[in-house]
Amino acid sequence: MDQLVFDPSKVMAIDHTRRTEYLGALLAYRTGLRTLKEVAYTPSLPDRGYNNRSLYVNVDTLEVTEKPVTQQMKDVFIGGRGFGLYHLWNAVQPTTKWNDPENEIIISPGPVCGITQYAGTGKSLVVTLSPQTEIPIDSNVGGFFGPLLKFSGFDALELQGKSTKDVILFIDGVKGLIRIDEAPEGPVDSHVLGELLTHLYAENDADLPNVSVVSTGAAAEHSLIGMLNFSFYDRRRGCVRFKQAGRGGIGTVFRDKRIRAVVCRGPKVAGDLNHPADPETIARTGIKYHKEIREQDPHQCMMRRNGTAHIVEIMNAYDLLPVHNFQFGSHPDTHKIDSSYWQQRCTQTTVDGCWYGCSMACAKGADGVVLKTGPYQGHMVTVDGPEYENAAGLGSNCGVFDPDYLLELNFYCDTYGICTITYGTLTAFIMECYQRGILNKERTGGLELTWGNAEADLEMMHQMARGTGFGKVAGLGVKKMKAHFIAQGWGDPQLINDIGMENKGLEYSQYMSKESLAQQGGYALTNKGPQHDEAWLIFMDMVNKQLPTFEAKAEALYYFPLFRTWFGLNGFCKLPWNDVVPADNSSQPEPQKVPEHVQNYVDLFTATTGIKITKEDLIMQSARVYNFQRVFNIRMGKGLRLHDAAPYRSLGPVTREEYESRTERYDKQLLDELGIDPAGKSTEEKMALHRTWRTDRFSQLMDSVYTRRGWTLDGVPTLERLRELGLDAFPEVVAVVKQFI
Amino acid sequence: MKQLVIDFQKCNAGRDCAHECELECAIKVFKKDDPTLAALHIKAHEDGGGHAVICDQCGDCIVVCPSEALRRNKLGVVMLDKKVCVGCYMCIGFCEKGAFEYDPDWITPYKCTSCGVCVKVCPHGALQIVEVPEPAVRII
Repeated sequence: MDQLVFDPSKVMAIDHTRRTEYLGALLAYRTGLRTLKEVAYTPSLPDRGYNNRSLYVNVDTLEVTEKPVTQQMKDVFIGGRGFGLYHLWNAVQPTTKWNDPENEIIISPGPVCGITQYAGTGKSLVVTLSPQTEIPIDSNVGGFFGPLLKFSGFDALELQGKSTKDVILFIDGVKGLIRIDEAPEGPVDSHVLGELLTHLYAENDADLPNVSVVSTGAAAEHSLIGMLNFSFYDRRRGCVRFKQAGRGGIGTVFRDKRIRAVVCRGPKVAGDLNHPADPETIARTGIKYHKEIREQDPHQCMMRRNGTAHIVEIMNAYDLLPVHNFQFGSHPDTHKIDSSYWQQRCTQTTVDGCWYGCSMACAKGADGVVLKTGPYQGHMVTVDGPEYENAAGLGSNCGVFDPDYLLELNFYCDTYGICTITYGTLTAFIMECYQRGILNKERTGGLELTWGNAEADLEMMHQMARGTGFGKVAGLGVKKMKAHFIAQGWGDPQLINDIGMENKGLEYSQYMSKESLAQQGGYALTNKGPQHDEAWLIFMDMVNKQLPTFEAKAEALYYFPLFRTWFGLNGFCKLPWNDVVPADNSSQPEPQKVPEHVQNYVDLFTATTGIKITKEDLIMQSARVYNFQRVFNIRMGKGLRLHDAAPYRSLGPVTREEYESRTERYDKQLLDELGIDPAGKSTEEKMALHRTWRTDRFSQLMDSVYTRRGWTLDGVPTLERLRELGLDAFPEVVAVVKQFI
Repeated sequence: MKQLVIDFQKCNAGRDCAHECELECAIKVFKKDDPTLAALHIKAHEDGGGHAVICDQCGDCIVVCPSEALRRNKLGVVMLDKKVCVGCYMCIGFCEKGAFEYDPDWITPYKCTSCGVCVKVCPHGALQIVEVPEPAVRII
């Protein structure tokens, strides 16, 4: 593929400071707040990345307490996702359901989070029992909330209980007060609520960047797929923007608890608030990385121009872009929604990092979008992205190649509090069901959900936000829809199960794994479900050809999930790791690991905490939390081999059309891999041969990966593995495992 | 805009002077008796000649600064507001001339502000402040 060349003269002339404002309701909102509880506390700043205290809030009893962060917590769980899982384990029982009061939402930034000198260091991790998977879900999210929470004095926030009325939790890290306010009647959708609350809780205009709002939207109240928006104030645009903790229905739990928003106001940010042990190393490493971005990004991924959408055209070129519910891998209209378009449509004169110091700056924004449908019809808004996942999920996977509709779908997903990845995959499933007669206009309540029908797609989304019609069914997610359609007798159960792209109850993200065995494992052999943040191996496997053997794939499914887990323990974004690489990376040993960047992370952790680690220690830190999470899944009645099963669409061609779209490839595989001459065989016969071979190959991969991970063939971490990791210090963890070995 | 320039017809890259310009900058501007901490650096090349590391006020750093801590003053000089700066050092990493610098003792970075203290002490009269047009804003 030719490298796309950025042409500044082609960027659309759109005023990035103009949009519809919602501050008219500010006074009414301010006067309508009723304080239910106010507690004074002593704010603090971290020392070597930790405050050593966490905040517990029960929105039912209004209990507000501090808990110590113990040395054991730091040694074993590090922070972020680790702290989230630790708190959740202690909060719930094996019988706890997502909508029980004891379920918690934990937000934790991690020790390195909040430094300003390196790209991607503003992340916090959100953990809860998922309404979709019924096991812990974790989501890595940008925005300013995590760093501001830390600079207000807390390494984690636990939210428990269920309120009987809508509440707003406000943490003022400047004045040292924690307040629970009963929220007045008013907007719940994030683009309105976020703007209102940012202005409501900021002391003045200069204070706006020091306030961050966590909220969701109307659809989170009526679906299981709600997400959380984490805000940050965009100074140049003069508006509140959002990053999303998307996967697994965390927003649904948030609204089930009747939390309208959580707001943190922190001190004015400076470069040393995290009080690292060795600021000079952090400065030196950060400056080196910024230079690398300046020099390499324009010739590599162009993240600063395109964000993650840069891979739309790459996936399409390699026949890996999900099209029509993961049936096909490319489409002639992809050019309408690839980065050649987005780099013209997105504003290029602003600073798009979602935390200070992010020189990768992938949080692109499309300004001046005038909405055509829904409750905000006619409003002018700024739309985040679209990121690759949104362009592929809301776009090609549903046959939507109109960029304006794509932006509108993206916008409404965001403000309604809907995970774009989940929505894209479930809509693609619905559209294929419509194509195959499993659904029809009568069953969808009049929605003609044909490929590319963006109007019907948007109406289904509006229904989801209203809690009406077929939108409410869609909001159940693919797993429950499959069961519903089968129970209604609406189609062949095997076909419905084959094409419904979910594993563990979570919808697949937007990579076509059926041609990449490594990615099949990367999706299905996961802790939380098929989300590429655990093991995004498709590029390595299919584009860069770095995993040629079965053993290499299994090893990658050991190393990379652990390596990537580490980002979530410390408050890092994954993207700066390998969306730019040093100029000499390809000549380094194991270039797929980007060794210089791994060393950067080792150095940043050591420089922050003062604890000297090696790259091997880094993997061990992750392995503790990763295996703890696996045991947690088992404790909740999941987490075994049977729960890692993959829908056949993710492993191979389900339908005749799919097979025949790649006849040459599939026939060659029969000959080369199985030694079977395809000549004279019908497509159905060849599909059956493929199914047996591919299913068996996936099963073999499971065996190899489980063994490499130190698990039994049923997917249970062995006692020996727990001992290696020091998890035998937790008798409850050992007790869970002992039931299975 | 005001820009500091150096004439290498007059400057011998520090070979026949005591780097008075750097020392004066360090003392007067940064209150440190250490020329390595100056906001300009005169480098001699092994094969003769030399070059200067000086901010030319191009403004690229304004474009990348996430906290809007960098702005031009009324003279067109790019100035850092230390109260607004968050110490991310993107200005350092994105400066193609290497003119933005970092001192481990400070959180905020620094660079030449065309103040001219160095001009007065150069024994060869090689430095001067000139008035040049502001360059167009680049997308970086």
